[in-house]
Amino acid sequence: MNAILTIAGKEFRDGMRNRWVLAIALVLAFLAVGIAWFGAAASGGLGFTSLATTVVSLATLAVFLIPLIALLLAFDAVVGEQEAGTLLLLLTYPISRTQLLLGKFLGHGLILGAATALGFSVAGAVIAVGAEGVALGELAHGMGLLIGSSILLGWVFIAFAYLISVCVSEKARAAGLALVVWFLFVLVFDLGLLALLVSVERGGDWLPWLLLLNPAECFRLINLAGFEAARSYSGLTSIAESGVFRPAMVTAILVAWIAAPLGLALLRFRRRTA
Amino acid sequence: MTAVIDFQGVTRRDGGLARLDALDLQVNEGEIMALLGHNGAGKTTTMHLILGLLSPSEGRVAVLGGAPDGAHAETLRRRLGYLPENVSFYEQLSGREVLDYFARLKRVDRGQVSELLDRVGLGHAAERRVKTYSKGMRQRLGLAQALLGDPRLLLLDEPTTGLDPAATRDFYDTVRGLRDRGCTVLLSSHVLPGVEPYIDRALILGGGRRLALGSLTELRMEAALPITVRARSHGAGGDLAGRLADWEDPRIGISALNGHEVSLSVPPDAKLAVLRRLTDTAGVEDIELLPPTLEHLYTHFSAELSPQQRGDSE
Repeated sequence: MNAILTIAGKEFRDGMRNRWVLAIALVLAFLAVGIAWFGAAASGGLGFTSLATTVVSLATLAVFLIPLIALLLAFDAVVGEQEAGTLLLLLTYPISRTQLLLGKFLGHGLILGAATALGFSVAGAVIAVGAEGVALGELAHGMGLLIGSSILLGWVFIAFAYLISVCVSEKARAAGLALVVWFLFVLVFDLGLLALLVSVERGGDWLPWLLLLNPAECFRLINLAGFEAARSYSGLTSIAESGVFRPAMVTAILVAWIAAPLGLALLRFRRRTA
Repeated sequence: MTAVIDFQGVTRRDGGLARLDALDLQVNEGEIMALLGHNGAGKTTTMHLILGLLSPSEGRVAVLGGAPDGAHAETLRRRLGYLPENVSFYEQLSGREVLDYFARLKRVDRGQVSELLDRVGLGHAAERRVKTYSKGMRQRLGLAQALLGDPRLLLLDEPTTGLDPAATRDFYDTVRGLRDRGCTVLLSSHVLPGVEPYIDRALILGGGRRLALGSLTELRMEAALPITVRARSHGAGGDLAGRLADWEDPRIGISALNGHEVSLSVPPDAKLAVLRRLTDTAGVEDIELLPPTLEHLYTHFSAELSPQQRGDSE
């Protein structure tokens, strides 16, 4: 346990020192404030429109950015140390490979968590101060949900990044694969789903279930369905009234999406030769 | 003396390729053993077997009294120091932070960090980031890392590659100091002249097999390479080469370096006979004896390998 904390602490300090935390927080805060402020641009206006629109827009922003940031942050976790030669050294230390990987996960998870919380909190504060007639309770609820689910989504993609990182032997290849993963889950999946939706003429009750196959969609479900005012904006989330699609269940599924790739990465890392 | 490292008929295969072929090796407590060989000879494989990063395909490896790839690994790893080839430490951290991180992971007293930094001569640069370190400083930081927790066994993989001669000498002086305190050292090196004065024994590997093992004296006897004797006469007077041209022993070869200096190639058992005659020869002012160096020995022993085997790099 001690080793895990030591490794996590070192990763987190690295994140502070090379300004990952600051950069992520700034980007998120800047874009979030921008979206809140120009929310009415589509209708030709300027300024804060409604909380619901803002939250939906912010969720859409997060679904693109958070996975990308997580993958960029963590893709070289193992392969980077391998190329530097420090991995070989660490493996001769009295720590297990599981401790090494979990420690890194904790560290990277904290970096992303702290940066996301900071960035979106700043945006929330700006909205609370600058926008007129916004219900503070509702705002806090919506932003809290956004922050929590964004962190979970980030952890999913950190886990994916580790899986990539333990499977390849070159940093460049890991970076390439990370982009492919981002592309597949964030862009291609949506297009495929849309194509299916159009081509399936009858039935199609099973279509919503496909959403659970993508952590990014799970994230959207949580934010759109979890925030009441946002439901009206999203036809798809009318399914969220019952059963598996309740936010609590979807959250559990998102957690499973963290555990699965992380577990695979651990297995792979323990089995491979140095 | 107890063997700190004990290899019994160790073979390691990767795919169809035998990285190491039935190697027997005992390294005793408190000695400096050099591991020599071309690229792909099995030096790094040997180190990885000792570290427990690899398991032998056949045979038995024991390090400090246990198999390094089993349950013994945990205790072993705290008593062992390792400096890998080409390691670049976390550049964002300062030297002290790097060492502190490794000290925590090795669970040793962190009070050692300052003392070790001073011992390897990095005390003044401890707060600077590793990014700003020179190659020699990085290598010394690596050595400090390997010395955490007063290891009983030190493994150094090509520790002086890229170091200038003065830094190399400093490095080996530190290593010798450790040996004198009872630490066993196994090091691999390409830079043979630098390492020669500091080692107790050498293992020459080729194509995964043991070509020779022993102290320099033993290796010289085994190789029976001719000794080079140089004689110089004063001034340009006298034809030294002409006067020394005829020898009864046909094995003795002579070549003139210039007008007043000759070089003789002498088998070890004829050394004294040659010296006697040289001291009796009029005009000889200086005699220089050059025994075969580690480099000559290495070339001699690895000459048995076919060129394909030698070129069989990793």
